[in-house]
Amino acid sequence: MHELSIAQSILDTVLKEKHERGLPRVDQVAVQVGALSGVLPDSLQFCFEAIRIDTELQTCELTIETVPITVECRECYARTTVEDFLFVCPKCGSVHVDVVAGYELDISYLEVPDPVHDPADP
Amino acid sequence: MAEKIDLRKKVLSENDRLAAEIRQRLKSRDTVTFNLVSSPGSGKTSLLERTLKAMKDEVRMALIAGDVQTENDADRLVRAGGERVKPLVTGGSCHLDARMIANVLPEMNLTNVDILFIENVGNLVCPSGFDLGEDMKVVLISTTEGDDKPLKYPAMFRRSSVMVINKIDLLGTSEFSIDTVRRNALSINPDLTIFEVSCRTGEGLDEWFNWLRQRVPERADAAVLT
Ligand SMILES: [Zn+2]
Repeated sequence: MHELSIAQSILDTVLKEKHERGLPRVDQVAVQVGALSGVLPDSLQFCFEAIRIDTELQTCELTIETVPITVECRECYARTTVEDFLFVCPKCGSVHVDVVAGYELDISYLEVPDPVHDPADP
Repeated sequence: MAEKIDLRKKVLSENDRLAAEIRQRLKSRDTVTFNLVSSPGSGKTSLLERTLKAMKDEVRMALIAGDVQTENDADRLVRAGGERVKPLVTGGSCHLDARMIANVLPEMNLTNVDILFIENVGNLVCPSGFDLGEDMKVVLISTTEGDDKPLKYPAMFRRSSVMVINKIDLLGTSEFSIDTVRRNALSINPDLTIFEVSCRTGEGLDEWFNWLRQRVPERADAAVLT
């Protein structure tokens, strides 16, 4: 269950950003989870919701975007998305491919209330 | 209304920063570092025992033995002749992280150490995402497990440079096929260097030892063994 320590890292990072940027609230944190990151999205979601209680982020939603594996072929340079962990170039059949996406474990953005709120503007 | 703030920050950026520091520090000492990963019971400790015993007079080795609760593994390794063995009890955590390594390194004597082994916690999922500053990950599998392990844990096998297949003396007692496990592992990672060994009988270990010898960095000071 390393998702717990990953969730804690996400929470810590958002808290730090919140304080440094003086944000009154963070409504959402979006995280990219690669198919090769070793992180289970459901488990991460569960852990995040469990530890945000009793923090300033108790209303902050975690949005998980899963990133499929993309390989680049060393022979024909084709870039393709592979499924089922098949590390083979579907264009030429070469097994000499480099993973160019799929290891992600990144916080992509935060969603915060709009700071400029004009009550006259509907 | 809402505003989006682009962050594009790695969740494990603090771990990765520390790992890079560790890697730099060990490289500057001409120490090559291996991070050993496997399921529980694959024989990481046995492989390290054998390696320490066989090579202690020619290669200077140090070891960090990670364990969830006890120091049993570390005790075994000290008995095997390991002089620089540091137990690292994670207190429940399912993986080692760079912070734990950075904390124990200053307590170790790393003078002229050729090889540092890090015995990770026994599990093939959680340790895969945590860079410890190693040069390579070595993944262990044994013939008492399923030969489809590489397909079940692709992230770990893709991120490892070496696969050691242990307990080949037990081949034939189960459905495990060496050909199948090799094929499965190479389909995930064709660059894997593979060894077939038995830590019980000693079969195949010489090839592993020879490979390790070749990984030992040339020392600028060419110091003699002390
Ligand atoms: Zn191709």
